[in-house]
Amino acid sequence: MTGKERIARRIAREFHDGFYVNLGIGLPTMIAGYVPAGIDVMFQSENGMLGVGEPPTDECADPDLINAGKQPVTELPGCSFFASEESFAMIRGGHMDMSILGAMQVDEQGNLANWTIPGKMVKGMGGAMDLVAGARRVIVAMEHQTKDGASRILKECTLPLTGQSVVHDIVTELCWIRVTAEGLVLTEVVEGMNVAEVQARTEAKLLVSPDLCVMTVDALV
Amino acid sequence: MNKVVPTADDAVVDIAPGSTIMLGGFGLCGIPENLIAALVKRRITGLHTISNNMGVDGFGMGLMLEAGMIASHIGSYVGENRRLEALVLKGELDLTLIPQGTLAERIRAGGAGIPAFYVPTGLGTVVAEGKETRKIGDRTYVLEQALHADVALIKAWKGDRLGNLVYRKTARNFNPAMAAAAKVTIAEVEVLVEPGELDPDHIVTPGIYVNRIVVGAAYRKPIESKFIQSGGAL
Repeated sequence: MTGKERIARRIAREFHDGFYVNLGIGLPTMIAGYVPAGIDVMFQSENGMLGVGEPPTDECADPDLINAGKQPVTELPGCSFFASEESFAMIRGGHMDMSILGAMQVDEQGNLANWTIPGKMVKGMGGAMDLVAGARRVIVAMEHQTKDGASRILKECTLPLTGQSVVHDIVTELCWIRVTAEGLVLTEVVEGMNVAEVQARTEAKLLVSPDLCVMTVDALV
Repeated sequence: MNKVVPTADDAVVDIAPGSTIMLGGFGLCGIPENLIAALVKRRITGLHTISNNMGVDGFGMGLMLEAGMIASHIGSYVGENRRLEALVLKGELDLTLIPQGTLAERIRAGGAGIPAFYVPTGLGTVVAEGKETRKIGDRTYVLEQALHADVALIKAWKGDRLGNLVYRKTARNFNPAMAAAAKVTIAEVEVLVEPGELDPDHIVTPGIYVNRIVVGAAYRKPIESKFIQSGGAL
């Protein structure tokens, strides 16, 4: 199992039946493939769709039916389409149970940076700033370190922010971290790794939950 | 009343250099590709564009960029367009990136006679810099201004000669809001029908917002991203 798959499988276990969830582009999109049996989750795509289904075969791809990552998708029974201002009204209005996004940096205050690197990368925030400002629960799904081994979980973000104190949870291939008023609290660590090893890969100070447990990824059936 | 113009070229013939133009679409989905092609033929310059994205290199608004027609752009995501990134980093194009929902609502407000409104989005980020903020209840909000345009170029699926429009699937996106926010709205459609053929209950954009309607001569509708994550995904 790859690190990304472990992250996706673990987060999928957080879904409750009846949840409306927005998945960010990239790693978060993978989570849709691991929804536990018996749990119905309605995925929203901010370009104007509720009830996003699996990817189609190439022959069935419809250019008028895409997700926010511009990938072709399919319709689930009961899906609906709407315009962008309506889509963001439901996001900003607090109707999404959960928003799961990737990140470049997260810090001890729950600040998130994921949209630009000044002087190097011009992409844009897309819907990320709206999602973190409006969703009831914001989960960051990302690999624990950069490709160069630098920590992505910092004392303080150095890149321009996407949102200030907006992140509720951080999930990586190594651990689950809850953002609290006291700081970042380690609640789960993967098998084969201990707290000191996770802290060694993390710039931010990690507090340890009294209920610390092993991060398991097997779907609850 | 008949708002139908014969060709896309006729539809954009009087758009002036230096105009502010809204263009519908999300990525390459629901973009007015025939109107863009007609505009690119005219090579007018100094345009101020408002659109969620900027097409891709070689298609959609990317063609306008390559033809040197765009002076400034307001959008939310331009990550698929390397030429634009290079121009911005060199300081040759004035790019303003704003949150997608704020963009949509600023356009909606423009068409709805609302000059400004408060949102929580972007508080504590560069987006809020220089903007008025206000605490309402226990939360602080950022004041955002409405957006207007001289012209909106939009794309619908079906329309009638009165300008009533319906859209197809996720190709709706920014098109309906933009239809209301410009002085002149030009809609291209795949299918033109007679008034009465569209179910009035299904009309998304009422004809009052549309000044001209044209049937697109051909549609390429490229799919921008076929990349699909392993493990089953959206």
